[in-house]
This record gives sequence, structure tokens and C-alpha cells, in this order.
Amino acid sequence: MTVLTTAPRKLALAPPRSRRRGAAWLKRLPLLPAMVFTIVVTQIPFVLTLWYSFQRYNLNYPNRPRQFPTVANYRAVFSDPVFRTAALNTLEFTAVPVIASVLLGLGIAILLNRRVFGRGLLRTLIISPFLVMSAAAALIWKYSILDTTFGVLNYVLRPFGVHDANWIGVHSQLTIITFLTWQWTPFMVLIILAGLQSQNEEILEAARVDGAGPWRIFRALTLPHLRMYLELGILLGSIYIVQAFDSIYLITQGGPATDTTNLPYYIYQVAFQAYDIGRASAMSVVVVVGTILIATLALRTISSIFSDDTLSRG
Amino acid sequence: MSLTSTARHHRGWPTAAAATALLVATASACSNPNSSSSSSSGGAQTITVAVTANPLMTTIENLTAGGFEASHPNIKVKFVTYDENTERADVEKDVAAHGGQYDVVMIGPNDITSWANNGWIDGLNTEVGQDASYDVNDLLPSIKAALSSKGQLYALPFYGESSFMMYNKKIFAADGLTMPANPTWAQIAALAAKANNTSKNVAGICLRGLTGWGDNLASLDTVINTMGGAWFDKNWNAKLTSPATEAAVNFYVNLVKQYGEPGAGNDSFNQCLNIFEQGQAAMWYDATVGASTVDASGSPIAGNVGFAPAPVDLTKSSGWLWTWALALESSSKHQSAAEQFMNWATSKQYIAYDASKNGWAAVPPGTRTSTYQNAEYQKAAGAFANLTLQEINSVNINQPGVAPQPVPGVQYVGIPEFENFGQQVSAQITAAIDGQESVSQALNTSQTIAQQAVNNAGYKS
Amino acid sequence: MSSRTTLTLAERRSKLPVRLGLGLLTWFIVLVFFFPVFWMALTGFKTEPAANTPTPKFIFSPTLYEYQSVWWGTPGTAGLRGYLEHSIVITVLSTIVVIALALPAAYALAIRPIRKWRDVLFFFISTKMLPIVGAIIPLFIIARDLNILDTQRLLILLYSAMNLPIAVWMLRSFLLEVPISVIEAAQVDGARLPRQLRSVVIPLIMPGLAAAALLCFIFSWNEFFLAVNLTTTNGATVPIYLVGFVAPEGQFLAHLSAAATVACLPVLIAGWAAQDKLVRGLSMGAVK
Repeated sequence: MTVLTTAPRKLALAPPRSRRRGAAWLKRLPLLPAMVFTIVVTQIPFVLTLWYSFQRYNLNYPNRPRQFPTVANYRAVFSDPVFRTAALNTLEFTAVPVIASVLLGLGIAILLNRRVFGRGLLRTLIISPFLVMSAAAALIWKYSILDTTFGVLNYVLRPFGVHDANWIGVHSQLTIITFLTWQWTPFMVLIILAGLQSQNEEILEAARVDGAGPWRIFRALTLPHLRMYLELGILLGSIYIVQAFDSIYLITQGGPATDTTNLPYYIYQVAFQAYDIGRASAMSVVVVVGTILIATLALRTISSIFSDDTLSRG
Repeated sequence: MSLTSTARHHRGWPTAAAATALLVATASACSNPNSSSSSSSGGAQTITVAVTANPLMTTIENLTAGGFEASHPNIKVKFVTYDENTERADVEKDVAAHGGQYDVVMIGPNDITSWANNGWIDGLNTEVGQDASYDVNDLLPSIKAALSSKGQLYALPFYGESSFMMYNKKIFAADGLTMPANPTWAQIAALAAKANNTSKNVAGICLRGLTGWGDNLASLDTVINTMGGAWFDKNWNAKLTSPATEAAVNFYVNLVKQYGEPGAGNDSFNQCLNIFEQGQAAMWYDATVGASTVDASGSPIAGNVGFAPAPVDLTKSSGWLWTWALALESSSKHQSAAEQFMNWATSKQYIAYDASKNGWAAVPPGTRTSTYQNAEYQKAAGAFANLTLQEINSVNINQPGVAPQPVPGVQYVGIPEFENFGQQVSAQITAAIDGQESVSQALNTSQTIAQQAVNNAGYKS
Repeated sequence: MSSRTTLTLAERRSKLPVRLGLGLLTWFIVLVFFFPVFWMALTGFKTEPAANTPTPKFIFSPTLYEYQSVWWGTPGTAGLRGYLEHSIVITVLSTIVVIALALPAAYALAIRPIRKWRDVLFFFISTKMLPIVGAIIPLFIIARDLNILDTQRLLILLYSAMNLPIAVWMLRSFLLEVPISVIEAAQVDGARLPRQLRSVVIPLIMPGLAAAALLCFIFSWNEFFLAVNLTTTNGATVPIYLVGFVAPEGQFLAHLSAAATVACLPVLIAGWAAQDKLVRGLSMGAVK
């Protein structure tokens, strides 16, 4: 008879081999519906995309020979300077808004964690950017807020000496980054606020009684506690922000020139303006592979989400 | 978490379930008259029509029930409205991938040739020939030519436009300026210089700068054409860096930067309409349909708008040509019903019906000669109607510029690839207008883009 | 857990001006974030000419015309209601499907984790890495061949697949909070998995469940790209209704603002009502 191990989830008894195999399948059973559903609905389109990526398929010329299999699309992708620009822009438009929204979210969450007048109302107001439909918000920003002549922003800034600034045309990257940060800060606020609220009050109070200043408490107690929340926010935020499309499609049209063209928008141009399905599919596959590589690197080295610590429960 | 809190949360479960059930029940109980299935029921057919977002399209949506469905009880019409770019992409996806989602689609003249060649839309000569009251020869000749390929008409025009110059008479009078009867671009530049008044927030001229092959390139291409430039020569050599083209683009970009509205890189028709209507621009070069808004009641400058032909340089006329037209998808399963609708929507009867409901000033312009011969229309829209007709009729879609070109088209290149490389070039132009790069940089990049695109597509032998 | 309804000793001690200053700062920042949404709602009360003036108008004579025409439609054109109905059905049903699938899956990854839990979690999140824009044509063709183009069930399927990874990740974290002793007690009692879930697990993680469901609701409600490409009339959702207004040759700002505001209301109300739950739910989940 085996002894209880320290990992509380392992069964106390070690049953014979056949029963263990049966038990293993029983463990997997609840997972199966979700797995099967996901595989069917996501992998079939992905396989089709993969298949298209090895053909020359243009919707405008449906009768041209497909030349399957060919790597012409992949060669085109890797020798395409605009693809490179789009990749760099995507990195920029993901990293900066994620970092900015986490930092802003941290600050706002700290402010909202205090006892402030109307805190409930403030918390509801702060999440509104996250709840509004992205395309609608983008159109309002483009025509009502940032417009050079008719926009509210220039109107408000006029007494400060700003005259008819062309935010979208001249400061295009700043515009996109600001819009994305505006959209996703509320999401970070919620996550970090949850973390702040779940701190153990007694430990904090004890530290205060011991004479530790607020900054010291924050650095030594709060930040380590918040690490998990920050990582979750960064992970989820990145997954969504890397696919940012509405703002670029509606506000800057990828321009001026290719200054704000990111990968989703570029793929859209190839698929729906050039109608080159083969090349668009190849680009999508390259993007998937690249994202998986980066995510694997991040999750298994920097992040602690995948470490075994997460499994131990007292 | 303690067991007592478990008990508390237990309460939430039935509430959540009840709320969900209520929502689903409400949703299915709400009857929606517009969500009927598109299959026939008891002899009635439903046709799906894709249109672009535009006030004229909104009008026909409003009028279809009374004007068409009432007299065709077995046909129901469902409209799907998207903005221009989304509509074009969605319709092409449907015809190319044989989705069968639409019966009638609204397209422009640039798609006619390639779609006809691919067999995606049906030729209409026979069916309009059989409709005695349609009077296909009433259609304006250049519009009809733009919608035809190899002698076969492929789409019926819903409305048509060219471009011309509009100017604010009050500002002109105050500055002591006169608009010539047939202005040249040089004269316009001089007028703009004089009328430009930054301290009073008045721009000399409002011009399109927004990225979009149908936005800034529409205006720019007419300037290129009339100044002797071109996109391609007859052998598909790109001519964007030729001296004439470069001079034309330099002219346009400098005019906008010096005497145009601020932030022009974000402006297209709507923005210039606002600016011009508010008296913040002395001139506005854009689509002829703009006239029916700025000179109508409700506009702050109604009655004070003057009109002049599209400015020229080396050619006799330079207006662009565009029409939104209804085409019949070859894969449609309701061809007869669709044809009946298309014929009605583009007929004299519809125009008269629209006029009876909304007045003559608001009828779809630029499609039929009979509209312009109508006395009521002349009374309501006289100030700009004749000039519009003149511009449309003087367009030579095969050679709008000085030199021959490989395919017909005034402000666009009539090949499917243009949507993509045109868009990219347009983004370069916006960058030049916004001061992010020089015109020669923009044109050099554009030249490479355009040449590569036609080479890859196999046009250049 | 702290709910901070009473001032701590430290807070009472800190000076009033500092508290006041920080309070004002908080209000200022929040209002700046809220302003674009407020501006959008406000523009819906303007007439089109008033919405397009060179100097933005804060004071104007409001009209309900745009909001009314959004809701009721104009003669011949549908108002928002038809699209609202589609959106509600699609969003609610896809959320139910997601939770129904994600809960057992999270159980298998948290409470009695299978050996390859890291790989499974990674697989789920990797399904979100394919840019939707690149997969639309394959999706269109598959849907066409299955004859489910322009149907609500197509969107329900796709939205479920779209949100499942996030739900699995979140629910797994919440389930890690459930003390194993409670589960084992139920097992000893002879309860099999469904009964365990229903009577023990779900009540314990209800706030977390509500949080995950709300997020799925938000993402489905606002989803635009799949909807616009794969539906025309029978499956058309609210975001598609909005796109129909962006006219290149016509003014639309007031109408669009009114439509967008009304389109946001269900989500806004749900978000506001649940923001308490959301914070608590995320706190439970994100610890691990």
C-alpha cells in the first residue's frame, strides 16, 4: 500500500495497471466534448487554409491552374518588404498598447482600490471602452474626435495653442496605439483590481503597523501578489490585441503609406482587395507559426503560469 | 471559501437559469417581419439585393414596398446595405465563391469587364429588349458604354455622376473673384491662392486626400488625365513617374498643401461637403451629386453656390465617370423576379414615383436623358442639372486623357488588380499630402507597385 | 476578503488634501476614458447637420429622431429590432454552449488533471492565433458546402469555438480554488461527475462562472468580421446593422452614434450590473 504523497490530487491507493488505464480515460472523458468541438470547428478551416497556401488561387481568375503543390506563395511572403513592415508594426502595436494598458491599469486600479467617492460608478464608467463595439468606437474616434477640422480633441486643445493638428495623418501610429490602449486599459483595470482586492488585509496591516511605508509595502508585498494577475492580463490582452483590425481598417486605412499596416490588415488587403487567396493563406500560416513560437517561448520561460507551482494547493 | 458562502451562491444558479430562459423565450417570441427565409413559399419569391450605403439607396429601400412589391405581389425584396468597401468585397466574395447569397448586386463600371468574362453576371440585352417600357436608349450613352462589354449590357444604372467645380458665390464676391466659364487648373490655383484665408478659417479649395482608390485617386486621376499624364501606356508600361504625371501630382499635392483644407489626408466627399457647406472653403471639386446637397434647402449656403465645368488643361473636358448599377448574378435562382426588380429600380417609372414622393430635386441623377428633359426636374435642379449632363456626356471612357490607354476607365484602371495596387498607390499619395514623404518618393514607390502588379498578373507581355 | 467598506487606520491618518487630490485625479482619469463613449451617446441626440459642425457642439437642441429611427426603423427599412433578436439568440446560445463545454474540460484540467494539461491548455490558446481574415474564405466555402451560410447556427458554432479557449483557461483557474476535500467528499458519497458538477462545483464557483459567461457574451455581441462575411439577412447581427450607415456620399454621424449607443446598451447594462461579480470572479480565477 502506497503512502499519501504530498501532491494532494494523486489517489491514496495505487490501483492495478488496467484500472489505472481505465481511470486515465475516465479523467480525459470530460475534456473530450470541448476538444472534439474545437478540433472540428477550428482545425478543418485551418487545414483548408494550409491547403490553399500551397496553391495559386486568385478569386478573380477562378479558371487559372492551381499549380498545386507550390511554395510560390511562401517565397512571395518572405521576400515581401511590406510583410516585414507589417510584422514589425504588429509587434509595435501589440507590445506598446499591452504595456501601456497594464501600467495605466495598475495605476487606475490602485486609485480605484482606495475609498473614493462614487467608487461603484467609477468602476462602471471605466469599463465602458471595453464594452463598446470596436468598429463603432473607431468611427467615432475618426470622425468626431480626431478629425482635424471637426474633431473634439482639436477643439479642446485650441486654447492650448494646438492648431488643427492632423492626428490621423501625421501621428498615425500614436493614434492607433492610443486607441488600442484606451480600449484595453479597462480590461487590465478589472484584472488588477481583483488582485488588489484579494490581498490578505491582515498581512498588509501588520506591515503598516511595523512601520513600513506605502511604497515598501507595494514593492515587497503587493507586486509579488499581483504577478499572476499581470501575467494573465498580458497573455489575454496580447492574444486579442495582436489581431487588432477595426481601428486600422477604419481610422488610418493602414496608412499613410504603410505606416500603420499590421499583419491582419495586410492579410485583409491581400485577401479582399487583391483576392489572392493563396498568398493570404500562406501569410496566415506564417503568422500562426510565428505566434506559436513566441508564445511558447514566453509561456515556458518567462511566465509562471505553466509551472508546477500552480498545481499545488494547500 | 466557507460552506456558508456556498449556500449563498447556490441562490444564484436558478436565477441565472431563469434569466437565460427568459431571454431565449423573449427572443423567439419577438416577431420580426424581416427575417423570412429566402425560399419560396406559396409561389412568393424573395430576392436579396446588395446595395451600398447612400441616401439614394435608402430612398429606394423606403419606396420598394409601395412602388414595387404592391404591384408584384409574388416578389418580396430584401436589401442588404453595407458601406461601399465592405459591399464590394462581400459581393465579389459571393460571386467568386458561388455563395448564392445575392440575386441582384450593386456594382460599379470597373468590375463589368472582368465579371462578365468570368461569367459571374448575366448579359441583359435580351431582357431589357423585351421590356417595352424600359427604353434602353434613353440611358445616357457614356453610362451605357461604361456598363457594357463587347456589345452586351451587363448592369442597369441606378445613378450616375461625373465631377465638376463648385464655388461659394459669397466668398468670391467678397474677394472680387470671378469664375471663368471653362476654367483651367492654372486659373483655379490662382483663384485658390487669392481666396485662401487662414485667419478666417477659409481654405481656397477643398480637395480629396483620403486613402482609397475611389477617394483621393478619383479626383487626382482626372487631374493626371487632363495634364497629359497616365497610369499605363498601351503596352502596360507604368507611367506614374513620367514628367507629365509627376507634374500633375505635384500640382495637386501642392495645391492641397498650400491652399487646401487642413488635414486633407483624412478628407473625402463627406468631409469636404461639410467644410464647403459651412463656408470654410471657397471652392470644392468633387462629384456632381454634391450639388444636390449643398444647393438644397437645409444647406447653409443654398442659393449661393456657383458651378463650373471640371477644370481642364490639355483636354477639352476632364470630369470623371461613375455609376452605381444593378447587375444580375448568374447563379441567382430567381432570375425573372430579379430582372423585374432591376428594371423597375432603374426605370422612368421609378424616377417619376420618387419625384411624386420626395420631389424632383432628390431623384437619382445621371442615368437617363428623359430626366434632364423633364420640365419639373429642370425647375428643381436647373442650377446644376445641365452642367451635370454636359459633363457626363462629354466623357470619353476609352481615352479620357491625352494618350491612348490599355483599358477603358477614367478615374480608375479597369482591371481587377487595380483595387489592390490602386489602394496602395493611394496610400502613398496620402503620405505625400500629409507631408510624410515627398511627391517623387511617393511616385517612385507607386511606380514599382503598379508595374509589379500588372507584371505579376500577366498583362505585360 | 477585503471589501474595504471601512477606513483603515492608515487611511484615516492620511491627510485630507491628499485624499481629496487623489480622489479628483481618479475622477478625472475615469472621465477621460469615458468621454468618447459619452460623446457618442450625446451625438445620437443631434440632427445630422448639428453632428457635423466645425465647432463641436456641447449645447444644442436635442432630438429623439435618430434614436427613434434606429429603434423603430423608417418606413420600409428595418430598425435595429430584427438584428437585436438575432444577436440575442446567437450570443446567448453560444455562451451556453461554451460554458457547457468548458466546465467539464476545465474540470479535467484542474481538479483531476490529466497528464498533458499544459499541452491541452496551449492547444486551446493556439486556436486563437490564426488571423480570422486569412481563414474567412475557407470558412465561407465550408459553410457554403454545408448549406449553413447566413444562418444563426453557423455563428453560434463559430462564436463558441472562438470563446471556448478563454473560458477553459478562466474556469480552470477558478476550479483550482475548489478544495479537493470537497470533491473527494462528494466522490465518497458516490456522486459521479455530472452530480459533482451540479451540486458541488458550480455553486462554489458561481461568481467565476458568471465572469467567464459575461466575457463570452461581450466578445460574441461585438463580433463583427465573421458576422459580416458569413451572413446577409437571416443571421445578420447588430454590428452589421451599424456598418450599413457608413455612406461615402451622405452624412451619417448622428444616426451611426445613435445606432452604436443602442447597440451597446445590452452589453453595457450587463457589464454594469455584473462588474462586481466580474471583479470577484477574475480574482478567484487569476490567482493560479
